[in-house]
Amino acid sequence: MPLTVPDRANARDGLWQDRRLQIGSALLAGLCLGAVIWPLFGSADPNAITDVLARRLTPPLSRDGVGHWHLLGTDAFGRDVLLRLWLAARVSLGVGVLGSLLAGAIGIGLGAAAAWRGGIVERMILALGDVFLSVPRLILLLVTAALWGPGLRVVVVVLALTGWMSVMRLVRADVLRVRVLAFVEGAAALGVAPARLLWRHILPNALGSTVVAMTLGVGNAILLESGLSFLGLGIQPPAASWGNMIAGGREWLLVAPWIALAPGALLITTVVACTLIGDALSHRRR
Amino acid sequence: MRRALPRLFDAILLLWLVTILTFALIHAAPGDPATLLVSPTATAEEVGRQRARFGLDAPLPAQYGRWVVALLRGDLGVSLVSSRPVRAVIADALPISLALGGISLLLSFAGGVVVGWWQALRARPAADTVVSVLSTVIYAAPSFWLALALVVLATSGAALVGAPAWLRLPAFGVESPGGTTTGLAHWRDLARHAVLPLLVLSLPGAAGVARYARQSMRDASLAPFVAAASARGLSRGRIERRYVVRLSLTPLVVLFGLTLPGVIAGSVFVEQVFAWPGLGRAMLTAIAARDYPVVLGMTVIYAGTVILANLVADLALLRLDPRQRTALSGAPTQ
Repeated sequence: MPLTVPDRANARDGLWQDRRLQIGSALLAGLCLGAVIWPLFGSADPNAITDVLARRLTPPLSRDGVGHWHLLGTDAFGRDVLLRLWLAARVSLGVGVLGSLLAGAIGIGLGAAAAWRGGIVERMILALGDVFLSVPRLILLLVTAALWGPGLRVVVVVLALTGWMSVMRLVRADVLRVRVLAFVEGAAALGVAPARLLWRHILPNALGSTVVAMTLGVGNAILLESGLSFLGLGIQPPAASWGNMIAGGREWLLVAPWIALAPGALLITTVVACTLIGDALSHRRR
Repeated sequence: MRRALPRLFDAILLLWLVTILTFALIHAAPGDPATLLVSPTATAEEVGRQRARFGLDAPLPAQYGRWVVALLRGDLGVSLVSSRPVRAVIADALPISLALGGISLLLSFAGGVVVGWWQALRARPAADTVVSVLSTVIYAAPSFWLALALVVLATSGAALVGAPAWLRLPAFGVESPGGTTTGLAHWRDLARHAVLPLLVLSLPGAAGVARYARQSMRDASLAPFVAAASARGLSRGRIERRYVVRLSLTPLVVLFGLTLPGVIAGSVFVEQVFAWPGLGRAMLTAIAARDYPVVLGMTVIYAGTVILANLVADLALLRLDPRQRTALSGAPTQ
């Protein structure tokens, strides 16, 4: 009886047949496309405030005082809500992806170091992870963002510094699992230098669960960024972010609910897309 | 006891490390709290006097030592803004956050388990898919947005469709201004104010629990002994009660333990939106005013509850699951 070898092409086909991955990727691709393309058709300065009284608080699907039509209406300063949504998408998606990529890099570095060096280094890294996990992430974010002054750069750095712990634990466990496999011993016996062994042979085979954790981490980071911006500790107006748009619409909630509610739709879509992709990938690994 | 003691020791060690982290974090931040305590026209000499008064002129390790010794006596210092003891500030705010977090935790597990059970064992495939999509969307919604959406629904939305007055729920504060009502009317007023905050906190929680419960009950219903039980002719209700639900309880208890630490930190946004004077709102006020002793004390309280909840969950699991006991006591398995 011939042995069937699972070949890579087939495995990939199976993954792409997962509806969750299809829908999640389509949503995410749509969001990225909208964020890149839509603002190109806007006015020169989308945050500019002109003709406030004529333009402000136009309801969705109607014309403002100067005759421009707005799909999602305008905000209290007469700016087009849809245009600012897509501008904010650039910031939110960028901050979320960058923040969780940096967190992943820190986690991979520390996790590999812990598993590879062992002993006191490993125990110190694990203890550091436990300490960071003991303070709720939101509280840590609030304190650091507020004390170091709000802003784009601080938010990214703080997201990275508070998001590495789970990746570190996963990478450490996977490196410990992979390093005793036969092909690693074989490579070591052939005289591969330790650094190259870790980088080329062990890490590529130890990153599966990390990719899942980082996909879910992007959604989480975007939620946290919007939360910080909602509280006024993240991205500062007039720069648009979904969080500060919701905060700005809060005082007009009963007069013009679309200003605060519209950003939530894109926010939820983004997080759902990340959840679907993460679910599909983790299901695949089982 | 022999197994519990090392865990307790670890927890105390962890709490000590957390105090070092938070103290270092807050004192490494730019800005000098002493300049906040004096009038804008103060001279350098006055600023120096304030610094000496609050012990801010000592080297950092000395300040930390003094703070930790006071902490061991249960003294968290004095608020720079209100001059009240930090302990009193926390004691005022903590019950509100605990009540919000505790009740919504129970609601989300009760609701989530029922929905998950229904999806896994009763619902038709189409209904199951619809509920799954709904729970994924609700789970993804940020709580501050959900809060605002529910406020719109309960006020102008309810008015728009002509809903009866009792459905138009108050969206601000813990009780109606004045607060002169007593007895039953007072409790009714409290309950009406609590509906929206509790909904905002429980809905995403219930959605998450439902997703998890559905999966674990579906997995359990595929176990070989379930097929064996049904081959033996046991009734469907009996199989579900005795085997499927029973088997999926352990993962749910684990999930409960994982959720427990987030309970009081989860309500930060809800307290902010609905103006409930809980720990989260007090924390935001203290951060905005750079009230360092309060920020420091509250961070330690937050971390303390997380560590305590983790310890409780660990010990509970140790009792519930015999496999963990042998594995941890290092008994040989062969």
